[in-house]
Amino acid sequence: MMNMLSINIFQTWLEQTHGIWYVLVLAGIAAIYLGFFAVAGLMLVYLERRVAGYFQLRLGPNRVGPWGLLQTIADALKLVSKEIFVPKMADKLLYKAGYYIVIIAALLALAVIPFARQIQALDFNVGLFFISAVSSVGVLGILIGAWGSRNKYSLIGAMRSGLQMISYELSAGFAIIAVVLMSGTLKMTGIVEAQKHTWFLFQGHLPAIIAFMIFLISGTAETNRVPFDLVEGESELGAGFHTEYSGMGFAFFFLAEFINMFIIAALGATLFLGGWLAPFGITDGLPAQWLWGIIWFLLKVFVLIFLLMWFRWTFPRIRIDQLLTLEWKYLLPIGLVNTVIMAWMVWKDWLIHLG
Amino acid sequence: METNTQILSTEDLRSQEYFLNMGPQHPATHGVLRLLLTMDGEIVKNIEPDLGYIHRGIEKMVEYDTYRQIIHVTDRLDYLSSHMNNEAVALAIEKALEVEVSDRIKVIRTMMDELTRIASHLLWWGVMGMDIGALTTFMYAFRDREMINEIMEKTTGARLTMSYNIPGGVMFDLHPDFVKDVKAFIPHMRKVLPEYDRLLTGNIIFQRRMKGVGYLSAEDAISHGASGPVARGSGVRCDIRKKAPYSAYDRVEFDEIIETGGDNLARYQVRMREMYESLNILEQLVDNIPEGPYQMPMRTLIKLPKGEFYQRVETARGEFGVFIVSDGKKNPYRVKFRSPGFSNLNALIQAGRGVKLADLVAIMSTFDFVIPDIDR
Amino acid sequence: MTYFGKIFYGIKTLWTGMKVTGGYFFPNITRKKYVITRQYPDEPAVVFPRFKGEVVMWHNENNEHRCTGCQACEIACPNGSIEIIWKREVDPETGKKKKMLDQHIYHLSMCTMCSLCIQACPTNAIMWSTNFHNATYDRGLLTKVLNKPGSKLMAGVEE
Repeated sequence: MMNMLSINIFQTWLEQTHGIWYVLVLAGIAAIYLGFFAVAGLMLVYLERRVAGYFQLRLGPNRVGPWGLLQTIADALKLVSKEIFVPKMADKLLYKAGYYIVIIAALLALAVIPFARQIQALDFNVGLFFISAVSSVGVLGILIGAWGSRNKYSLIGAMRSGLQMISYELSAGFAIIAVVLMSGTLKMTGIVEAQKHTWFLFQGHLPAIIAFMIFLISGTAETNRVPFDLVEGESELGAGFHTEYSGMGFAFFFLAEFINMFIIAALGATLFLGGWLAPFGITDGLPAQWLWGIIWFLLKVFVLIFLLMWFRWTFPRIRIDQLLTLEWKYLLPIGLVNTVIMAWMVWKDWLIHLG
Repeated sequence: METNTQILSTEDLRSQEYFLNMGPQHPATHGVLRLLLTMDGEIVKNIEPDLGYIHRGIEKMVEYDTYRQIIHVTDRLDYLSSHMNNEAVALAIEKALEVEVSDRIKVIRTMMDELTRIASHLLWWGVMGMDIGALTTFMYAFRDREMINEIMEKTTGARLTMSYNIPGGVMFDLHPDFVKDVKAFIPHMRKVLPEYDRLLTGNIIFQRRMKGVGYLSAEDAISHGASGPVARGSGVRCDIRKKAPYSAYDRVEFDEIIETGGDNLARYQVRMREMYESLNILEQLVDNIPEGPYQMPMRTLIKLPKGEFYQRVETARGEFGVFIVSDGKKNPYRVKFRSPGFSNLNALIQAGRGVKLADLVAIMSTFDFVIPDIDR
Repeated sequence: MTYFGKIFYGIKTLWTGMKVTGGYFFPNITRKKYVITRQYPDEPAVVFPRFKGEVVMWHNENNEHRCTGCQACEIACPNGSIEIIWKREVDPETGKKKKMLDQHIYHLSMCTMCSLCIQACPTNAIMWSTNFHNATYDRGLLTKVLNKPGSKLMAGVEE
């Protein structure tokens, strides 16, 4: 009853202020994003398994559908059909709230990613700030979900997750600041437009490359992937924070993990590799610019995602104290100094501008 | 000025200890070992192993078996060193009956031992990588282990539980392809071992995870009865192949691998270097397999003379001993298997105190437990 | 090692590891060069002739086997996988009653593939088969009678 009421109030407010068409368009955009969310998540899971297969001298999924493309859909169907199991002693509210928070945070962050010129759900002047704020909300879901499931392994995983997120947000922030110094704006489209002639990775040469590396490392840490997958730590903690989740509950966590990977890669592509811009403007004169934009953007995202996968299937996992050592003794000081150098360079205009 | 801040002593800041049940169903215990951990946050304060989840009463069971029938159960102790376990029983029976086997049998047994040792260490390497999070090592190790498995399958007809030794010889003669296959395997292995080093050993994350973690001193290793690579990683000379050579080990040249670090990395290096030594042994023997019978004439129903007989061999995990008490009947009066895993588990308690949970997993994988070996 | 030395050393070792995995990945994309797994139902499994799949009894084209029912395998078996049921039949030649094999029962579910029965057999009647397609939904199907119905002892085995 309460829910119905609040939705009605929201609806009337929207209709009164913006009109019914606005509401419909909004709902349509939301539907598109949800669809993209599901498809991208499933494709990334497929891709990960394929890539893992090739790294491990295997083939990966190859039975369901052509080239095994439908494998993840089959898996998703299986997960949907499974019982959603709640442990007896679990805190039911927190247990269930966990995966919603994780998945909503991932969806929110997706909203400001510019796929191509004009193809973006939300383009407001603090887009970058919004992303880094929203992506740290996800950890809250992990924490309360793990706390709610009343499992010691989950709790250890959740505590690691909190520690990891608090630490690595800092160096990711400094890497982003280095870019903001060059672009002079937090608006996502503005950042991409500022790379019209030269990508920031090359525009800021050495400090930008260092910032990019820091961003990649802390991005890997924020998405909880090897070598920073202490949160799951499957050989130590069983499955870490989602030990007690089954069926769709588990699938949401799993999906959110892959969407987070996509977001980090998309952010990297937007900040350092010029977003939707074609390298050297090679497709600039062609028709259907928006399509080319999406293609270039996804290509760049794919390259970064592949890099993350390459990390995952090569490196061992690091220990929790080494994780902190890496952050506080290496990434953070370097990031700080790097930001200062970057500011100096922007002030003196030592950036490289081609064209 | 008055402040409300109260200075907390370290006593107040101490966190509460809790128990963590690691196992019997846990990915890192590689079986049904249960460790009851007393934890302080991430730090392991105490370890209490709880055994018996895969206890099958093998020692009692074999009291009702004839001597020939004992051998096939020893496959199921340490299934990765099944050939060495078989050999220990066979040697004990031969020792009791004072049978001298032919040189061919000795060489076959030695070669099979070393192949099994490499296979076991390869599996350990792959699984150890998985334990510390590098998932790809597993498939690389299995690729190379598969070659040994095929050699085994060609000759003995089985890939893991071979039951190849019998009292007074081996079950079948060597497969005609054996020499060719081993000769193909040795250079392949010499090629991939440096690759393993590049992938895992040299990796800085791996080095950090291994170096100085899980220290076991030589004194502790001896007092807990540790053997095999665990003790040799602490600098204890305990290789049975050198101390009390059996089969053809007295006629091959090889080094006993000793590392003095006592930490994870030392134990890791011992196993990696042992693989090279095993290849050396194989290389010396592969061209010199003498002709002769592969089975010595023996009675179908073996009766051991009254007395106590003990034979120990060096398995991939350490010293494996078979103690047979015979009262002259066709069945043994009592059989005791001295398994290396059980003693090494004691040493784990020593090495694993005060480390982090992730380190405990790494230490357990460098100790290389096979749970059926511990429980029997 | 210095602060920056450590960083560069770390990156170098990580890159060395990535080269190893990458060296397998990129050839695998197009040519599947290093793929070691076998797509089992499509590709046949490689089984070597000595593979110990299950114990079978050899029969010739006249439906004759070599088992005299001497029970040596039953005694040799460590875990009771083999049961011999024998009967007394009148030998048509001599007219005397003789011990003959009625059923050679083999419990595959209990067998540990130790080869002791085959080694113990004085007439080489039983042998290993490489068949490993033994999975069933019913445990009872794993209890097999090795001698085919209506089969009889091959002449001249007992000498």
